[in-house]
Amino acid sequence: MPGAIYAEGLVKTFGDVKALDGVDIDVPEGTVLGLLGPNGAGKTTAVRVLTTLIQPDSGRVEVAGIDVLKYPNTVRRSIGLSGQFAAVDEYLTGRENLQMVGQLYQLSGRDAKRRAGELLERFGLADAADRTAKTYSGGMRRRLDLAAALVVSPPVMFMDEPTTGLDPRNRQALWDVMQELVAGGTTLLLTTQYLEEADHLAHSIAVVDLGRIIARGTSDELKDATGGDVVEVVVHDRAHLPAARRIMDRVGDGEVKVEEHTRRLTVPVDGGAKVLAEVIRELDAESIEINDIGLRRPTLDDVFISLTGHAAEDQVQAPVKGATKDGGPDAPTAAAGQGTGEGTGEGTGEGGDADGGEGGDADKEQSK
Amino acid sequence: MTITQENPAPVPPPTSDTSIGVAQAARDSLVVAKRNLLRMMRIPEVVIFGLVQPIMFVVLFSYVFGGSINIPGAGLDASSYREWLMGGIFAQTVTFATAGASAGIAEDMQKGIIDRFRALPMARGAVLTGRTFADLVQTALTLVVLAIVAFIVGWRFHDGVVKAFAGFVLLLLLGYSFTWIGALIGLSVRSPEAATSGGLIWLFPLTFISVAFVPSENMPGWLQPVAEWNPFSAAVVAVRDLFGNQPDGYVAPDAWPLQHPVLATVIYCVVIIAIFRTLAVRKYKRATG
Repeated sequence: MPGAIYAEGLVKTFGDVKALDGVDIDVPEGTVLGLLGPNGAGKTTAVRVLTTLIQPDSGRVEVAGIDVLKYPNTVRRSIGLSGQFAAVDEYLTGRENLQMVGQLYQLSGRDAKRRAGELLERFGLADAADRTAKTYSGGMRRRLDLAAALVVSPPVMFMDEPTTGLDPRNRQALWDVMQELVAGGTTLLLTTQYLEEADHLAHSIAVVDLGRIIARGTSDELKDATGGDVVEVVVHDRAHLPAARRIMDRVGDGEVKVEEHTRRLTVPVDGGAKVLAEVIRELDAESIEINDIGLRRPTLDDVFISLTGHAAEDQVQAPVKGATKDGGPDAPTAAAGQGTGEGTGEGTGEGGDADGGEGGDADKEQSK
Repeated sequence: MTITQENPAPVPPPTSDTSIGVAQAARDSLVVAKRNLLRMMRIPEVVIFGLVQPIMFVVLFSYVFGGSINIPGAGLDASSYREWLMGGIFAQTVTFATAGASAGIAEDMQKGIIDRFRALPMARGAVLTGRTFADLVQTALTLVVLAIVAFIVGWRFHDGVVKAFAGFVLLLLLGYSFTWIGALIGLSVRSPEAATSGGLIWLFPLTFISVAFVPSENMPGWLQPVAEWNPFSAAVVAVRDLFGNQPDGYVAPDAWPLQHPVLATVIYCVVIIAIFRTLAVRKYKRATG
């Protein structure tokens, strides 16, 4: 039985560009699919087809069991759409925005009013409810936009790059909301160019590039397909780098990579935690002081590079700053150069200056 | 932030799309109109600047050109020109509302608000109808202010309140039909800036190659039929007739629309609405943002 979001053989061409080139999607009810890919991969086009905004050139689409191409208006009653650019009217207050959307979802005036009040309360916007959205911060606007998508508690939600450009606190708040929605039974399709986001939220991930889905599976499956674990060591003293390198060369299962300026060494290993323990013992035996050591799974960055030969985005590690909408045609090229130059196993090169908090979270997630 | 959601039980697949009746279309349009009126109230600059231009025209044309333009039946009398001019200024002012509709809709497209509307189970034409309703209200307010200014410089209506009222209704119909042209322009351009200029430029030849500011008799022979068959001229003459602002010796040019200006204006407006509403709603349905 097809899932709550189902698409088969979607093709959509804009002029010479094949935005979608045979995309199949199947999201079981109550789960999250992360559609992961760089700008221009076709993620947004896919969402626009699924949400009745554009018609595909060919293909079959069903949302909540309803044929989207035949019964678009019925589908619209069952979906919520929250976008990359918070689509709220900045000259209306938060309350007026939500009431308007409620009425256009065909709620009665009274129900729309009641629902707007509830949502403002739940999204922490009650104090700002009667101010125009123009005065809201970026995070507040995004929350209002999400609230607007939830006015009728739609069973199927589409979120197109919901956290692009948000700071970590607001991003975390939106993630919490999404997780609560899914816990309540909502089916969610999420597009993102942040590998970390897909990793964190999605039950299954589809990697999109150039209008095609080039890989799909759970986060773990995708990582397994890419390769084994990596031991990562940061030594305290630069002088110890050569000694540490000899140890890791002996126990590792591949080439040791050394980053002089961060005093970081990484090596692919076959044997997991046992090998990690061995590395620690040997470092200790030679009295090499370490700042950090860990066994990490390949990140989705590694996965993306190994699948496509280029990084997902030149700014993957910095969702904090947000991606510039027009990354420019040379951005992916530069990233690709980096990817091939450092080999596929080296994901941390890009994350070298990422804030520690994020890395820590990711580790915790993986150790569970 | 806690969200408790109750997801409705799955419904069996439909055998026909949920239909949208006239009542829902009207309600949706009113919801959108309310939204646009709230916006107008909160950006009063737009309304105010919309008034500056026609008021300037009233003053400039009345006092600068007033004594120099020879109108048939009254000669070079400045006060007759002022009365005669007002129909033209009123009509031009209502057509300039077009640019507001273009810019507003282009801005909604750019900000993704049109996408939000299009993903909602609402009537397809309601976003545009609501916008044109709101513009109609704004036009009516503009007309009130302009009529007061015109009264101050000496304009009067002479054929009774009923005909004067009919004149204003005709002006609103003209303005309303033109906002549909504006809606189509707004959906067709890529940015609000382009919509503002694109919504205005064509109005200059349209309103100046007409009998709004000067009589057609003084134009070159090839231009006279263009001016006389211009829908805008019909509206201007109709309004002058209804306000009793034609000089005593006025003889309408031979062109049919100017012989039957009120009827011609109504026909023109209905045709404009029929064509441009159809095109605009079709464009809206296919809008790709």
